[in-house]
Amino acid sequence: MAASKANGNTQPVKKKSPSKKAAAVKAKKSTVSKADLLKFYSDMLLIRRFEEKAGQLYGMGLIGGFCHLYIGQEAVVVGMQAAIEEGDQVLTSYRDHGHMLACGMDPKGVMAELMGRRDGYSRGKGGSMHMFSAEKNFYGGHGIVGAQVPIGTGLAFSNKFKNNGRVTLTYFGDGASNQGQVYESFNMAELWSLPVVYVIENNQYAMGTSVKRASSETHLYRRGSGFRIPGEEVDGMDVVAVREAGRRAAKWCRDGKGPTILEMKTYRYRGHSMSDPAKYRTREEVQDVREHYDPIDACKRRITQAGYANDDALKKLDKEIKAIVAEAVEFSKNSPEPDPEELYTDVLAAVS
Amino acid sequence: MSIDVLMPALSPTMEEGTLAKWYVKEGDKITSGDVIAEIETDKATMEVEAVDEGVMGKILIPAGSEGIKVNVPIAVILEENEEGKAAPTLSNAPPANEKEPTLQDAPEDVPESLLPGGRRAAVTVDAQAPQTLSDPDLPAGTAMQTLTVREALRDAMAEEMRRDDTVFLMGEEVAQYQGAYKVSQGLLEEFTDKRVIDTPITEHGFSGLGVGAAFGGLRPIVEFMTFNFAMQAMDQIINSAAKTRYMSGGQMSCPIVFRGPNGAASRVAAQHSQDYAPWYSHVPGLKVIAPYSAADAKGLLKSAIRDPNPIVFLENEILYGQKFEVPVMDDFLLPIGKAKVVRAGTDATIVAYSRSVEYALTAAETLAGEGVDVEVIDLRTLRPLDSATIIASIQKTGRLVTVEEGWLQCGIGAEIATRVMEQAFDYLDAPVARVAQQDVPLPYAANLEALSLPGAGDVVAAVKSVCYIE
Ligand SMILES: Cc1ncc(C[n+]2csc(CCOP(=O)(O)OP(=O)(O)O)c2C)c(N)n1
Ligand SMILES: [Mg+2]
Repeated sequence: MAASKANGNTQPVKKKSPSKKAAAVKAKKSTVSKADLLKFYSDMLLIRRFEEKAGQLYGMGLIGGFCHLYIGQEAVVVGMQAAIEEGDQVLTSYRDHGHMLACGMDPKGVMAELMGRRDGYSRGKGGSMHMFSAEKNFYGGHGIVGAQVPIGTGLAFSNKFKNNGRVTLTYFGDGASNQGQVYESFNMAELWSLPVVYVIENNQYAMGTSVKRASSETHLYRRGSGFRIPGEEVDGMDVVAVREAGRRAAKWCRDGKGPTILEMKTYRYRGHSMSDPAKYRTREEVQDVREHYDPIDACKRRITQAGYANDDALKKLDKEIKAIVAEAVEFSKNSPEPDPEELYTDVLAAVS
Repeated sequence: MSIDVLMPALSPTMEEGTLAKWYVKEGDKITSGDVIAEIETDKATMEVEAVDEGVMGKILIPAGSEGIKVNVPIAVILEENEEGKAAPTLSNAPPANEKEPTLQDAPEDVPESLLPGGRRAAVTVDAQAPQTLSDPDLPAGTAMQTLTVREALRDAMAEEMRRDDTVFLMGEEVAQYQGAYKVSQGLLEEFTDKRVIDTPITEHGFSGLGVGAAFGGLRPIVEFMTFNFAMQAMDQIINSAAKTRYMSGGQMSCPIVFRGPNGAASRVAAQHSQDYAPWYSHVPGLKVIAPYSAADAKGLLKSAIRDPNPIVFLENEILYGQKFEVPVMDDFLLPIGKAKVVRAGTDATIVAYSRSVEYALTAAETLAGEGVDVEVIDLRTLRPLDSATIIASIQKTGRLVTVEEGWLQCGIGAEIATRVMEQAFDYLDAPVARVAQQDVPLPYAANLEALSLPGAGDVVAAVKSVCYIE
């Protein structure tokens, strides 16, 4: 893998080296049921097909502004979502389509928002980077790198305050992990034992900057060590490994032991956003990950090897997922633009 | 069923591009995600991935074709069960080289009004035409060259870096990536990574570091990828950069330039679309510059880099690709704090800055057609604000319209209206009218965005209102 080596980064797939503290909470390895595997597969595939479509619609001018695709990273959100409980909260950056679909938000509402239509989750006012669902406990879509980290910490603060047993998954990127407010959050979270899982999606690049060029400590799971927060490196291309790590982390929080950090080693296949020519890495590097480490292919192999489903059944599933995405697109195309009156609504809440 | 593969857009502002390469040939099997082609614009290259599965049925546009419009079919993919069938007839696909009605040979960053799903009726001007008045101090017969604002900014930095080796550029993606908006193109090559420095995403940190470096005798240029992210660094810009000279009784100097694109781009929504001009203009100890033309961008950025004070230099992404005439001179410097009359007139004065100047000039053209002769002032510098130029114009016209892309409350227009009221009350024949963004965060939806931002039409209406027309 000369290309990746030249780039100086570790591979997306690496053996975990959990810290002692994290290892201590390691549950005994559970087996993966047929139902789980098939769900993982179809959830990941939905994200992939949805994103491919979004990319295409962007190229056609139906989606505007910035549009950051999640292709390649699907195992992270699907595995983590499987590790948490109903009522737990999720928030992330602008690269949020996958998180929303994993949270169970309706592809129709997400797609309509991408197109700036009335039936979008933010009624067309937020767009790709700024979407929310109170119902699904998805707290955004944040456009400012790192800003969601203290906010997720604050949600965890409210959970502890209310003693409701809920856990907050706060996702952020390798680039975001250099923002000062991340460390201010780490300190408070550990100081006050807040139930927050910091999920660092290390896709190896922040726009055109590789981790090595921006970070003095490239093992991001160690970034909490100065605050005594345990961290674990996870193969973010393996949905099952993600779920297992997620379960350990969530349990740690629910047991009242405070925050944890999971560094997901993953990879983004597409450019940073649609307008990124991605000259900072070689085609071979991308191709290599796609061919050898693709999370969906890996899950598929697991399924077929275990005899849980054959190629035909999976093809049929793919067709069904494509139909869901096509329906979301049709729905969104037919959804009107927001009413002009909407321009002035929702600025402030009415005082009763 | 066959599926058309369409020419994609690389960015919200791309209209056409070159189809550089095909990675597949007719008859090849394709799965979604496969890279099938490469397209190019003058700014970027990108791969086209297949979204559908099947067999490459027909390549409609050969490799190497230039000027392919976005959304034109470039190939046809046949679904697997169609393999072996004849390629479909292409009667409904427009021939590749048939020119669609083009609007103009626009630069790549064409205003989004020209795009499918664009946000408002065309408000663009031929940026070169209305630059009628030149700077008074320009020697007669000075040669001109056509440059984009992007090139002018780069040239200004390069010239100052050659002149003074304490000048350095720092920011996210400024070096290897050549700038997120390609403003620092070529600088790394010429000045090496000692002076063109990629930073981590840590605005508060590197802005403060820049302030310290300036205290230490260097002349930093700190690029914010956009000024939206400078909010992370607000404390260092205001509490450290702006106030230290005063607090130290004049001992400390902070010669630093904070620069980057400011204001709304296209469809990037609330967190990425703000005009910070009024925010920084509020602060004593800062100088604030917001140029419109490439010449002003160059002359003022050079002066800013030499200035011994902290400077906030507000650019505009949509203007980056626009072309203007720039004087060819060894050392083209413009004075900070001087507004410029960019169009002379007698019936009303429009004061604008940055991209609003474009709306003002377009409105002036429209109004001229209706017999209203307006004067347009480009402020260029917002702090110190050149009241004298504005007052002199009001004394002639008696009527004033201000234009800005930010919000009304405590905005630049509010400040100008107050000064005019204080200093030229007796000359006013009508209350001052202000044109600005609606009082809401900027929405994403195309129709709401268009309703929210000001445009030339709003300026025309405001001028008519101060002239009591209709
Ligand atoms: C405070 C701030 N600075 C800069 C940006 C511009 N920006 C958007 S995404 C990005 C890269 C972030 O990379 P990373 O955190 O690794 O997340 P990824 O995009 O890889 O998911 C940058 C610099 C921003 N949105 N906010
Ligand atoms: Mg990243």
